[in-house]
Amino acid sequence: MSSQGPCSCCQNETDQQKMERIGQIIEDYRHKEGNLIQILHMAQGIYGYLPMELMEFISDRLGKPLSEVHGVATFYSFFSTKPRGENTIRVCLGTACYVRGGRKIVERLQDILGIEVGETTQDQKFTLEVMRCIGACGLAPAITINDRVYKQVNPEKLQTIIEKYY
Amino acid sequence: MINLMINNKKVTAREGQTILEAARDNNILIPHFCYLEGVHQVGSCRICVVEVEGAKTLQASCVTEAREGMVVRTNSEKVRKARKLVYELMLSDHPRNCLGCSRNQNCEFQKLGELMQISDFRFEGEKSKTFLDDSSPSITRDTSKCILCRRCVTVCNQIQGVGVLNVQRRGFKSVIGPADELPLNSVNCVYCGQCTTVCPVGALQEKDSTGKVWEALFDPGKRVIIQTAPAIRAALGEEFGLAPGTLVTGKMVTALREMGFNDVFDTNFTADLTILEEGTEFLQRVKAALTGKEAVLPMITSCSPGWIKFVEHTYPGELDHISTCKSPHMMLGALAKSFYAEKIGVDPKDIFVVSVMPCTAKKFEITRPEMQSTGYPDVDAVLTTRELARMIKDAGIEFTTLEDGEFDNPLGLSTGAADIFAATGGVMEAALRTVYEIVTGRELPFTGLHVTPIVGLEQVKTAELLIQDPVPEYAFLDGVTVKVAVTSGLSGARQLMDQVARGESPYHFIEVMGCPGGCISGGGQPRPTNQEIRQKRMQAIYQEDEGKELRKSHENPFVLRLYEEFLGEPLGHRSHELLHTHYTSRSRRKTEG
Repeated sequence: MSSQGPCSCCQNETDQQKMERIGQIIEDYRHKEGNLIQILHMAQGIYGYLPMELMEFISDRLGKPLSEVHGVATFYSFFSTKPRGENTIRVCLGTACYVRGGRKIVERLQDILGIEVGETTQDQKFTLEVMRCIGACGLAPAITINDRVYKQVNPEKLQTIIEKYY
Repeated sequence: MINLMINNKKVTAREGQTILEAARDNNILIPHFCYLEGVHQVGSCRICVVEVEGAKTLQASCVTEAREGMVVRTNSEKVRKARKLVYELMLSDHPRNCLGCSRNQNCEFQKLGELMQISDFRFEGEKSKTFLDDSSPSITRDTSKCILCRRCVTVCNQIQGVGVLNVQRRGFKSVIGPADELPLNSVNCVYCGQCTTVCPVGALQEKDSTGKVWEALFDPGKRVIIQTAPAIRAALGEEFGLAPGTLVTGKMVTALREMGFNDVFDTNFTADLTILEEGTEFLQRVKAALTGKEAVLPMITSCSPGWIKFVEHTYPGELDHISTCKSPHMMLGALAKSFYAEKIGVDPKDIFVVSVMPCTAKKFEITRPEMQSTGYPDVDAVLTTRELARMIKDAGIEFTTLEDGEFDNPLGLSTGAADIFAATGGVMEAALRTVYEIVTGRELPFTGLHVTPIVGLEQVKTAELLIQDPVPEYAFLDGVTVKVAVTSGLSGARQLMDQVARGESPYHFIEVMGCPGGCISGGGQPRPTNQEIRQKRMQAIYQEDEGKELRKSHENPFVLRLYEEFLGEPLGHRSHELLHTHYTSRSRRKTEG
């Protein structure tokens, strides 16, 4: 299940239906040890992100304190408590990418999209994030958009890359 | 037995003991923060690292088990450097205005700094973003002082089963608190204050009321009445260096008088009164149940406001089980502003009632809208034991040298039954001493009047009492076995309440105290509180009980006179107005609604 934007099977699902599906997952995982991370993972896959109401729902259904659910959701950078764009752009700022201009790429993307790192564009198209090393040091500087890696990106190429997603 | 060497000293340890515990039992102290006996053992703060021969890295002694043949050093150069470095890094993100902190000279973090002779601040790094949450009437959270040891998280989750506190976010942004930085007064915190007793620093504390009390004392237009809960006398001495378990009833009374309180009353008096009201309520419920009328059983005690708030959040459908009796200090406040005000001819608006409580939840309790039976707050301010000690010191009173004083009447005399309200099992025992005698005309058939199965620090205790040959009025109880249960700490309460909610509770009467061990180790009591100290405070309480001539609430002559002169009878009209209350159904996660 992908966390990057709604998956294709549930584009037309109402919030109510999504909650029901998450409720079912909670039932299935209720007695498994360490189930909270798995449930949050799948809930984010279905809902796109983890708003407070969803964490409250999970807390109530699972009988775990909200402080614990929220604690786990805010510990792992994989989880997002804010709405995410349809596409997630991640800029690598690991050592190799950093020395080859990763920082400039972040700045250019912020200009193009009009958002800061960690934010989502108003049209819900893109979320911008940074990462430390994606293991593609030979391709530095690298970015990923959803599951696709773009190698040796320079700031000039970015506009063209992004346009492909509109 | 395991044999090992610590600092060139041959020592033995029990199977399963950690290095830290083995060292402690052999008089070798290893500094620690996150470790707290019986509470918390996570190895996160790294202050307790030691060198173990053969191990590549330093080991956290609080989580490393002692093994046969181990050679351990707790004060080698490597250990001392590492410990100092860890400390200095923690210090780099901790405020250094110790004088402005109420934990000054009573702070575990400060104490260790002194021990290690920290003389300069080597690291000036980034400071984490902090905030002060003083939204609740009971507890303040100052995240700038938090060293992230997580003791409070363990107490709130594992011991109390409330789960309001947890670690939010990660790394430098980590903060201990409710979800989403919600203020404490907006979530289901029950204000038990157990977190404030384990916090090593000034991050979690009771909301200060000392200023308000000084102000009242300095106001010539106010008649300032003070009352002290049963548990204070068995713990206050610790704040003045006396050994745990030292009774300081008389000194406490003298100190209060020297501070300028006009009347020094005893919450014990209304503990006796509670027994008459609650005992009568219990008998009424049992009678209704056994004669085919509607009655809600088991009946559950209502003295502990943390427990009350817990049940309002967690079992809002079961509130009818809770006795309608106000807690004893609220009763005393209501009587001070009615019965006593009348007696001395003072307008209740000019009376200021202060309660000294072992409890932080009592600070919330006095703000409940239903606690104003005379049109004024029943109680105006609550001081914890710790706050009272601060005020006594501030007043320049040499506490340990004081002569013994006596409480003022008519709200000051109490029987031994009232004393034991301070410890888990005490309210039940006090109730049984009276109820059994009312029903059978005979004294409770236990040695020394102690219902032994419900005495002690176990989490859930139960007892059965066969009623035989009752007086004619209670003939319907002949041959009935009364079943009672007692618990302290909210995890235990949850076990008993789940049974109640399923309709499967076999008990007639349940006592719940919100804090483990009861009020003797309440959230407002001196730090530290551990099992050994609990035991000593409890012994002191039973000693106070046994030392009294009158040990049954219904024999308290001033209580009897109060009924004659003013209240009429238990559960009568005036009692209902002044001494009884109702409860509020709350949401599982929020304080309001």
